Amino acid sequence: MDEAWTRAKGVFAALAGPPVVWLAVFFLIPLGVIWGYSFGENASLTHIAVNGTFANYAHAIRPLYLGIIVKSLCFAGLTTVLCLLIGFPVAIAITFASQKTKAWLLLLIMLPFWTNLLIRTYALMAVLRTEGYVNQALGFLWNGAGRIAAVFGQSIGTFTPLELLHNNFAVVFGLVYVQLPFMVLPLYAALDRLDRSLLEASLDLGASQLTTFRRVVIPLALPGIISGVLVTLIPSIGAYLTPDLLGGPSSMMIANVIERQFKTANDWPFGAALSFMLMYMTFIAIAVQAVVSRGRQARAT
Amino acid sequence: MTGLAKQRREAPGPLEYLRRWPIRTWLVLVTIFLYAPLITLMAFSFNDSKRNIVWRGFTLKYYVQTFADSDLITAFGNSLTIAVVSTIVSVILGAFTALLLWRFRFPFKPALEGALALPIVVPEICMGVAMLVFFTEIMPWPTDLIWPLNLGAIIISHISFSFSFVAIVIRGRLASFNRELEEAAKDLGAGEWRVFRDILIPHMGPGLLAGALLAFTLSLDDFVITFFTSGPDTSTFPVKVYSMVRFSVTPEVNAASTILIVLTVALTAVALRVSGGQVALAEAEGH
Repeated sequence: MDEAWTRAKGVFAALAGPPVVWLAVFFLIPLGVIWGYSFGENASLTHIAVNGTFANYAHAIRPLYLGIIVKSLCFAGLTTVLCLLIGFPVAIAITFASQKTKAWLLLLIMLPFWTNLLIRTYALMAVLRTEGYVNQALGFLWNGAGRIAAVFGQSIGTFTPLELLHNNFAVVFGLVYVQLPFMVLPLYAALDRLDRSLLEASLDLGASQLTTFRRVVIPLALPGIISGVLVTLIPSIGAYLTPDLLGGPSSMMIANVIERQFKTANDWPFGAALSFMLMYMTFIAIAVQAVVSRGRQARAT
Repeated sequence: MTGLAKQRREAPGPLEYLRRWPIRTWLVLVTIFLYAPLITLMAFSFNDSKRNIVWRGFTLKYYVQTFADSDLITAFGNSLTIAVVSTIVSVILGAFTALLLWRFRFPFKPALEGALALPIVVPEICMGVAMLVFFTEIMPWPTDLIWPLNLGAIIISHISFSFSFVAIVIRGRLASFNRELEEAAKDLGAGEWRVFRDILIPHMGPGLLAGALLAFTLSLDDFVITFFTSGPDTSTFPVKVYSMVRFSVTPEVNAASTILIVLTVALTAVALRVSGGQVALAEAEGH
């Protein structure tokens, strides 16, 4: 409906008031304060003077912190690529399944992401730790191989558990585990809208499955790929729990540094600047997506 | 010969990807990847061994311990209280927002829509620290209030991040409203309020319910934002579990996690039933 607000001012005010006030007071003001602090400095133990300094941002791009920002971007990028590679075949399988199977497959992909993020991360800790199930299974296989080797008079030594937890591998593994469903859903949504006769035409005219995939499916599914990349990338860059619980001392990401500034180091202005670096990155990612999809629409019409 | 058996003998058609073995193997592997950790976690909550590695028989003792842990129960009570209050307020604010955006044309509408999308896209950590600063510097929340008022800061933060999601769900529902019903009611002499109460609200019903369930699970699930707004006396279930999890993997945590998994999955299943998939899509857009 599209009624001019002047036609029912009372109703308009009653509807607009509560959400607008709430949003302004309990969301925009808190963010605004953080933004202000990012240009301030600790004047005394309890007082932060907002004096328009850029020192916090300068601090944030010093090699130590720049390294962490770059590392966060790399982890998030790697996670996104892995999710795309793992998720694309899954999305294709769901798209071309029968109606009934489709519903079940979607449920299968979504069910894990309804469970609490903390619990999913914890479940990975139990699987990956040195006495975890992955290492137990590997140890079992190793001992079996050892017994076979013993038959031939060889020795392969005892099994040393792999260090799977508290390192960079665990962080990326955890991020992929957590983000995979967010990649599959937009991919599926895009593939489902795709005109199948185009695929059939391509295959009929002699293109191989691979060529069809590369030259027909991927270009047509591009909007879905872009939004999948976005919904995987943004939360991954700002991930806090995964690096905190699965990572080691060298796998800190931006969110962990921010948490430290606010909870232990007590350098709020610097933490605020880092938070807003994260926000700027998020906005840039969204803006890029908007520009790309607008460009595509313009070319399509 | 049945149709199915006949179909099996034929080679898969060009677009029947699900019948090709590489895709099937891939699906099985992905399923194992997604489910094995959660299923082992749930299974081992029934395992009668402190070390939690080898299966030593069935027991419910960790559930008994979980329910006897008064800190955990308090935290769980806090979580539920926060979820209920924030759901009620989020649904009201979400419904207002949805009605406003659906009905009116007004200046700065795109700006408002953009601002409403912010809580959905802003990284959780940024919102967490913003709330921490807000409730210590700008509007200090007294720490010595009686329960449940001491949960106020957490409740407010939860409402701030969930009501935009609720608004999306309800707006989706409103899009299918037949405007002629409203015109007919007005022709027959119904006022603004009658139309709202007797026609719009009943139509919004499923959307309101779906939005409520979404807000409830969002609140129950949230860790990061709560972590920054909770104090020593106002721990929620995820925050409490986090403090237990940080140091070790224990069967008690497995039992507590299993309870929460079952609870959220059940709630979301209901939400999905009611809304026909809207909740899932809104959630997928958001995180």
